[in-house]
Amino acid sequence: MSTWIEVCDKNDIDEEDVIRFDHEGRSFAIYRSPQDSFHATDGHCTHENVHLADGLVMDDIIECPKHNGRFNYKTGQAKGAPVCINLKTYPVKVDAGRVFVQVG
Amino acid sequence: MSNRGMVIVGAGETGVRAAFALRELGYRGAVTLLGEEPHIPYERPPLSKAGGEAETVRAIVSNQSYGEAGISFRPGVRVRSIDRSSHELQLEGGENFPYERLLLATGATPRELPGLASQSRVHVLRTIEHAAAIRRHMGEGRHIAVLGGGFIGLELAAMGRMLGAAVTLIEVQPRILMRGVPEALALALQERHEAEGVVLHCGITVDTIDAGDDEVRIRLADGSDIRADALVVGIGAQPNVSLALQAGLVIDNGIAVDHHLATCDSDIFAAGDCCSFPLPIYAGRRVRLESWRNAQEQGALAAANMLGASQIFNAVPWFWSDQYDITLQVAGLADGATCHVRRTLSPQAQILFHLGDGGRLLAASGLGVGNAVARDIRLAEMMIAKAATPAPEALSDPSVKLKSML
Repeated sequence: MSTWIEVCDKNDIDEEDVIRFDHEGRSFAIYRSPQDSFHATDGHCTHENVHLADGLVMDDIIECPKHNGRFNYKTGQAKGAPVCINLKTYPVKVDAGRVFVQVG
Repeated sequence: MSNRGMVIVGAGETGVRAAFALRELGYRGAVTLLGEEPHIPYERPPLSKAGGEAETVRAIVSNQSYGEAGISFRPGVRVRSIDRSSHELQLEGGENFPYERLLLATGATPRELPGLASQSRVHVLRTIEHAAAIRRHMGEGRHIAVLGGGFIGLELAAMGRMLGAAVTLIEVQPRILMRGVPEALALALQERHEAEGVVLHCGITVDTIDAGDDEVRIRLADGSDIRADALVVGIGAQPNVSLALQAGLVIDNGIAVDHHLATCDSDIFAAGDCCSFPLPIYAGRRVRLESWRNAQEQGALAAANMLGASQIFNAVPWFWSDQYDITLQVAGLADGATCHVRRTLSPQAQILFHLGDGGRLLAASGLGVGNAVARDIRLAEMMIAKAATPAPEALSDPSVKLKSML
């Protein structure tokens, strides 16, 4: 059964930004969009073992800090070379100002 | 277009990206990728880095991707000459190979020391065979000497230490990374290498190098005598221009191309390490870059222009280097900067912004653990592309987000 895991306070993530979240040996990237929605993906780029939380968020796109591979963090879609494998995404909810992710 | 198809000479990062870009752009004719090496095209950056998977070669794309994309990849092929009038390549072995349009992505070759190229204990780094040969000298109880304090030399020095070898690095310039990296960052990196146990000799010339069967002996001008199991030479690379030269193309520190990456023959393009090109953001200054990102970007743009687009190459140069747990990133060209502004992100991470006439941001260089500087360097790159003139006080204040200055 998937359960909701508490990540942080919503204000711990700036608008149009990303933070790293580690849970039970797995690592995730948690995003706050310019529209103030929250999203989660696997933490590491699918191209190489580089954490996306050091990357740049622009609109719906997270850009890997190493090779500029780009993904839509809302859908996980890889946006072209050098990345061709989509990112896995996870459901996120905000409850009473706290952010939760369902990592199942 | 005719059925002659698109032919790419050189199966490194540039050539591979161009081949796939041709397909991504909808080209349906023949695409042929000719590589000199016997291997499936592989990533070169890991060859000088002590990553966990360093022993395994990382393919740029999987073997089956070529077939799936309808790209004919031919390894182990040397092109002897280009006949521009008949639009044909002459391959070694006698085969003639026709092209509609041609991309030269022939890369660069490491400079070697005269008289030492064939010595078994003297190495350069470009290929997986080179990397394997160097790695054999990098275990505990070994001593490796590195000539050249550029990115390759420093990365190999770090790799040597991480794998337990003693490392001596010799740089004839007064400090490491004289070309393209500001002194403050170079010195911080230099300190780290010394803290890791690398013995550094900077600002000194080499008198003699004797490469024997059992060791390499290096005598420096100050009388120092270095005995090592192997010497790695990292003193730069020269563009591979012989094919272009034979074909009568213009050469100017590499195969000279215009801002569309076309050579003086409009059916022949060149991209990546082998070419020099004008960069509009720096007033059309002609540069040649040896970097992974440049290879990718030029490969993709050359492909588009081979298909008739007229895209102008105007990307901000970008480099990175990994040494120990530190990454150095540089965006832009700092030459001509008159003012340098420091932003301290943490005790272990700093960025220098290089401003030119009129306060224009020309370049930014950052050094930090992991990818600590990556985001700000990326934002700086965007500002450089826009010819932004950010306020120095804001650049130096880490509480002011660079994003707000875009």
